[in-house]
Amino acid sequence: MLAQNKTTPFLLGYRLYVVAFFIFLAAPLISAGAFAFNDSLFPALPWQGFTLDWFFGDTEPKLGMFHDRRLLQGLYYSFVIAIFVSALSVFVGTTNAFLFVRGEFPGKNFFYILMVVPLVIPGVILGISILVLASDTANYVENRFDLELEFLRPGLMLVVLGQFSFIATITSLVITARLKKFDATMEEAAFNLGASRARVLRTITLPFLRPAMIAAGIVAFLVSFENFNTTLFLVGSEAPLTITMYDRMAKVGSTPVLNAVSFFLMVGSGLLALLSIVVQRDKSAR
Amino acid sequence: MTDNSTYDLEAIGVSKNFGTFRAVKEVSFDIPSGSFFSILGPSGCGKTTLMRMIAGFEEPSGGDIKIKGKSVLGTPPNKRNVKMVFQHLALFPMMNVYENIAYGLRCNGVGTAEIKRKVQDVLDRIALPDVAEREIHQLSGGQKQRIAIARCMVLDPDVLLLDEPLGALDLKLREAMKIELKLLQHQFNTTFVYITHDQSEALVMSDNVAIMNQGEFEQIGTPQDLYHHPKTAFVAGFVGDSNRWSGVVKASDGTGGKVETEQGLPMSFSSAGKQAIQEGSRVTIFVRPEFIKTVRPSEAESTAEAGDNRMEGVVDSLLFNGANSRVLVRTGSGELVESDVTLTGDNDLKPGEDVQLVWSSRQAMCFADQGSA
Amino acid sequence: MQNKDIKRLSLFLLFAPFALWIILLIILPHIGMVILSLKEKVAPRVYEYSFANYLEFLNEPIYWNTLLRTGSMSLLVTALALLIGFPIAYYIAKIAGPRSRGGLFLLCLIPLWVSDLIRAFGWILLLRETGVISNFLQWTGLVGAPVEFLYNDVAVIIGLTYTVILFMIVPLVSTLDGMDNSMIEAGYNLGGNGFTVLRRIIVPYAMPGIVAGCIVTFMLTAGSYLTPILLGGKNSSWFTEQIYNQFITRFNWEGGAAFGMLLLLFTSLVIWLGLKLSGQTLANTVAKS
Repeated sequence: MLAQNKTTPFLLGYRLYVVAFFIFLAAPLISAGAFAFNDSLFPALPWQGFTLDWFFGDTEPKLGMFHDRRLLQGLYYSFVIAIFVSALSVFVGTTNAFLFVRGEFPGKNFFYILMVVPLVIPGVILGISILVLASDTANYVENRFDLELEFLRPGLMLVVLGQFSFIATITSLVITARLKKFDATMEEAAFNLGASRARVLRTITLPFLRPAMIAAGIVAFLVSFENFNTTLFLVGSEAPLTITMYDRMAKVGSTPVLNAVSFFLMVGSGLLALLSIVVQRDKSAR
Repeated sequence: MTDNSTYDLEAIGVSKNFGTFRAVKEVSFDIPSGSFFSILGPSGCGKTTLMRMIAGFEEPSGGDIKIKGKSVLGTPPNKRNVKMVFQHLALFPMMNVYENIAYGLRCNGVGTAEIKRKVQDVLDRIALPDVAEREIHQLSGGQKQRIAIARCMVLDPDVLLLDEPLGALDLKLREAMKIELKLLQHQFNTTFVYITHDQSEALVMSDNVAIMNQGEFEQIGTPQDLYHHPKTAFVAGFVGDSNRWSGVVKASDGTGGKVETEQGLPMSFSSAGKQAIQEGSRVTIFVRPEFIKTVRPSEAESTAEAGDNRMEGVVDSLLFNGANSRVLVRTGSGELVESDVTLTGDNDLKPGEDVQLVWSSRQAMCFADQGSA
Repeated sequence: MQNKDIKRLSLFLLFAPFALWIILLIILPHIGMVILSLKEKVAPRVYEYSFANYLEFLNEPIYWNTLLRTGSMSLLVTALALLIGFPIAYYIAKIAGPRSRGGLFLLCLIPLWVSDLIRAFGWILLLRETGVISNFLQWTGLVGAPVEFLYNDVAVIIGLTYTVILFMIVPLVSTLDGMDNSMIEAGYNLGGNGFTVLRRIIVPYAMPGIVAGCIVTFMLTAGSYLTPILLGGKNSSWFTEQIYNQFITRFNWEGGAAFGMLLLLFTSLVIWLGLKLSGQTLANTVAKS
């Protein structure tokens, strides 16, 4: 049953199963992407010829995604949110990695579990709990001090915080795993060669962590970009792309411009994911 | 040569406690400039702790460490001119060879041109002039070793510490590196302090060796000294192979006498370690295999003058290893005695043959057992 | 000693971001939600503490039916994901050649980087009345008229399984990858057949990965919102939809908070049971993957 070369019927069946699985995996993605190029008003068969109108068309009814203001705005907000979320998450992920790999303090195991917990809380719950706390606080401050704290109302700030609340766990796990592999004698060797504490951190430890930090940042960016559940409850007037697309789907119904956006996002995240893999591979080649 | 400054490294009553565990107990030694000094001991004897104190990674609980005559207590590791080659070398994988060697110079604020010159110079000296641009993972095991040493030597340290750097290498390379390390030490003329649990590494390379056991130095001396004149039973047992017997002294004139072993055999000995051995004390006797002759009864007469100890036995087995071949002889009382033999391939001893074991009392090193003298 | 002070200071500095994150974004919000869920509106702007919101849940069969339905369908999806995913993970980790292994693993990851929304959208285009599969069946002549595959439980289960199966495969591959091949060979060598080797050696070894995959899969499924709504249509009856309705449509935050707590308690209970039954802990399963 292990890697053997003789082709038994069992192995042949097994291979067919694997192939079928990958078709299952690819089918909806292909259908979501392919109809972006169909010269039709509906994302459905029959195929009516190739067009790029759903990307670049500038007139109704074939208004392409690059001329659709609402979609472009959504893209922009998604981008801003994802940048903030990944920067925050990588920062906290790095400090958490040092805390849990290097630090010695009572209750370490308990706190480590606490760090993992946000990953298993449903995103919807994270969204509403943060919404409730932020609104309560804002209401309290308003009643008591007559002060309107705008940033605690649904909007970009809350979306960033809501996504950060569980993405920080992902980055922490990625960077912790890398730091655990670090050979601490390397730091001692650098000290021994005359480096100061700050210089050791800058020239030895952080460069070692860099691939994991970049990879974690990319993962955070992508997870933030595609998040829907948590964002749904925290979103204000500045709707990110997933929310805009969902609105469009619910109100207007599916049009090929949504396929164009899907294609664009798939290519974009594919490239980013590839980048994160290249960065990670760098480490394994050492 | 009594001037203090001729010692590159001195330790005066250095101790280290981890909680109630005393890892290093009042160790004192001094190492003259430009010599190769080894600290040899079984794992867990405290040798690594001692070295980490010299490098500054641990603070001693008591005593003083002096480098070039100056105490370094309280000096952080990055300010001590003691460099260290780590057990797994700890070369920086994200830098190439040049950057690795230049690292310490950069930390000291040396100029770029000067760094270039010094790095090339040290690479020439370790006979690897062309590897500057290589990545660490492109180097062979022996090359890595030399780069790790060069990375330290480029900083012109007062003392170079080496923490079992040969442990990870395979046997052949290890043998070659022993000689190479010795040559490098000659070339740089810097004091090397070498930590190991492998006695052959220590004996081959060192000018002086300290034997460490349970946090204490048992003996410091030249390799020959330690081998032929061990001061304690631990040193006799740890350095080199030996056959050992326990027994009770039946007659003694202080420096030599007669012992009856636990198996009831009489044996004559000479006192080792300048101890006076009294009658009635319990002792351990060590005899190295190369000093025991295994002869057939027919040849026994011709070796009569060679030894005043004699034992009957039967060849149990031959351990053939070229020039280092051994024979195991089972004596009448059932124990196995190891003895060196020269196997010529012609008329050699065979298992089952009756033989006699012969050795001189001068080679029977006797130590009074702890707490019984 | 100065060294000790530096150590304590840096420990404090490292602990601060962690504490801020966990306290402000996880613990306090959940406490706030518990408090809110225990409030009852007795008059405009007048609230009392009571279990009224929870009682309403119990008294209204449609609510607890939805929760039970969400839970049982999530379990079904988890089981399906394990059954479908395990052979794939085993193939990637143990059977595929070293070169194709990395490629297959990457292929598995690609849908992971694509939004839930796009994945559900893709399924809609495939399954709906005017969709690809319906068209294909008409073209082959198997059916005479367009067929609607969307807006039923099967579509929801397919979509959910598709969405979460990668979170099952990834931890499985990494645990199986760490398993020494010679253990399997030894199993055969000692006289085991394919089934006993699977049951006695491979599955017990992969248990942390299986449990990790199941926990994440179950949580994601029970907490998902988009897929059941888009593929199940109006009558999908998913519990997250109830929460959304309470919060956004009916603006009954107290009731929504109570529903949120119930979902959290229910899923935590299921996971706790799962961990107890399999003898694993959260730290050595989810945290490792």
